[in-house]
Amino acid sequence: MIRRLLNARPSLLPRDAGGEAWLAGLIAVLCFLACLSAVGAVSADRAAHGWARELRSEATVQVRPRVGETGAEAAARAAQTLAGVEGVSEAEAMDRETAEALLRPWIGDAVLPDLPIPQLVTVRLDLTAPASAVTLGRALAEAGLDATVDDHSLWRGEVERSAGLITLLAAAAFLLTASAAGAAVAYATRAGMAAQSGVINTLSLNGASDGAIAGLYQARYGLLAAGAGAIGALVAMLLIAALRFLGGAEGVTPALPLAWSDLLILSPCPLLAGTVALVAARFTALARLKRGH
Amino acid sequence: MPVQPRRAYESDAATATVRLSGVGFGYAATHRALRDVSLTLPAGSFHFLTGASGAGKSTLLKLLTLAEHPTVGTLHLFGEDATTATRRALPAFRRRMGVVFQDFRLLDHLSAFDNVALPLRLTGRKQADYAGDVEEMLDWVGLGDRMDDAPPSFSGGEKQRLAIARAVVTRPDLILADEPTGSVDAAMAERLLKLFQTLNRLGTTVLIASHDEALAERSGATVLRLEGGRLIGGAT
Repeated sequence: MIRRLLNARPSLLPRDAGGEAWLAGLIAVLCFLACLSAVGAVSADRAAHGWARELRSEATVQVRPRVGETGAEAAARAAQTLAGVEGVSEAEAMDRETAEALLRPWIGDAVLPDLPIPQLVTVRLDLTAPASAVTLGRALAEAGLDATVDDHSLWRGEVERSAGLITLLAAAAFLLTASAAGAAVAYATRAGMAAQSGVINTLSLNGASDGAIAGLYQARYGLLAAGAGAIGALVAMLLIAALRFLGGAEGVTPALPLAWSDLLILSPCPLLAGTVALVAARFTALARLKRGH
Repeated sequence: MPVQPRRAYESDAATATVRLSGVGFGYAATHRALRDVSLTLPAGSFHFLTGASGAGKSTLLKLLTLAEHPTVGTLHLFGEDATTATRRALPAFRRRMGVVFQDFRLLDHLSAFDNVALPLRLTGRKQADYAGDVEEMLDWVGLGDRMDDAPPSFSGGEKQRLAIARAVVTRPDLILADEPTGSVDAAMAERLLKLFQTLNRLGTTVLIASHDEALAERSGATVLRLEGGRLIGGAT
């Protein structure tokens, strides 16, 4: 009576509490995993772009001294020449101590004093309009310097390819998760329709169209999946927030730097889960009704 | 029940509510449940369909509700060919008929009110628009004080009255009833018969399948008789 006064109408489909709780739990877990995949991809992409930006902002020049010229003199002349090139912010000849410090972790102290170390110039490039390796090489040649320019393009390409691969894998994981959720909803819809065939017959004989009956299932499973998706996304948000809080801006590992804005990426999860369930339930129900359920 | 203008009694076969021509139906190749059935139910007519168990009464009603299609012959409903009606076309036919099933087919998870309101709700009407009609109908079948109870708590007779209330609440053009008085006492059977007669006087075409030959005779309606799947008397 109270419900009628409030104009609230019960669902025309009976509840299947056990089956629906199982489905909701499964979708929540799938959404949690999809959220982690999405944030993982964004984070890996962010790390890769950071590394690529650093590589793009620097070039290393190896200088070979001419006859009668020391390596340090050649490196200093190269640094002076490069500092005047458009697109270069700073050029600095690397002294032997700095070069030895870079090599020490790999080859140790024993042989370092006897090792011929190449004369290097570190070039910081203007990020807005960086000078190309060709420009740097031409400037060095015009100054009569025998030098080789490494603009790190080889490493940069590797990092960018790795980031692209991780993003693709994350997208595949996301699609697989969405497919699994859709398949679970389709299975639940089929099971529900088999268990409720008497109800469906009654609805049909009282004038319900196939679309209206399918609408009952799409509404039920769409809402259920949206709720379960919200729970999965919320748990993922809490986990990511905890990792961000513990790891700071760098994240728990430099390979996966987390940002607070990553939490926003997860907000459409309930809507996506609801949409996937809605579509899966509708198409499954219509197909079964067409075959006489 | 609000009185609507009575429709003209139509005897023209082309505009008949129901018209079957040479209809046959079999659940298996070797068993023919209906054979060469031809009949016309003019708009506004009242017929009883009698016959022993297995004579084909329920099968004929299944064809008329479009739950099954005739194996041979043609079926017209409301002047339209429904012989091979597609699923898409079914709701339009079914919304013009009210059906009382022998096994009631009530929805146990809904209240009596919501069961009776079902066909109105399926047409997209709002509860505020039909609540009065539903309550009036439940009062009329003597279940006004049990609107919020669910069918499992009802007796067989109460379920039957609930099923009848659901079938007639939309004031359909055609009422098909399969043994609608089978589970009620004589007094309620007479009362339900009067309900069908009242609806008929308002222009509704009524076909009642029943074992109760005496009730059929008392009703003054045309009696159709099925024997072994054949219509042997009373066909228009």
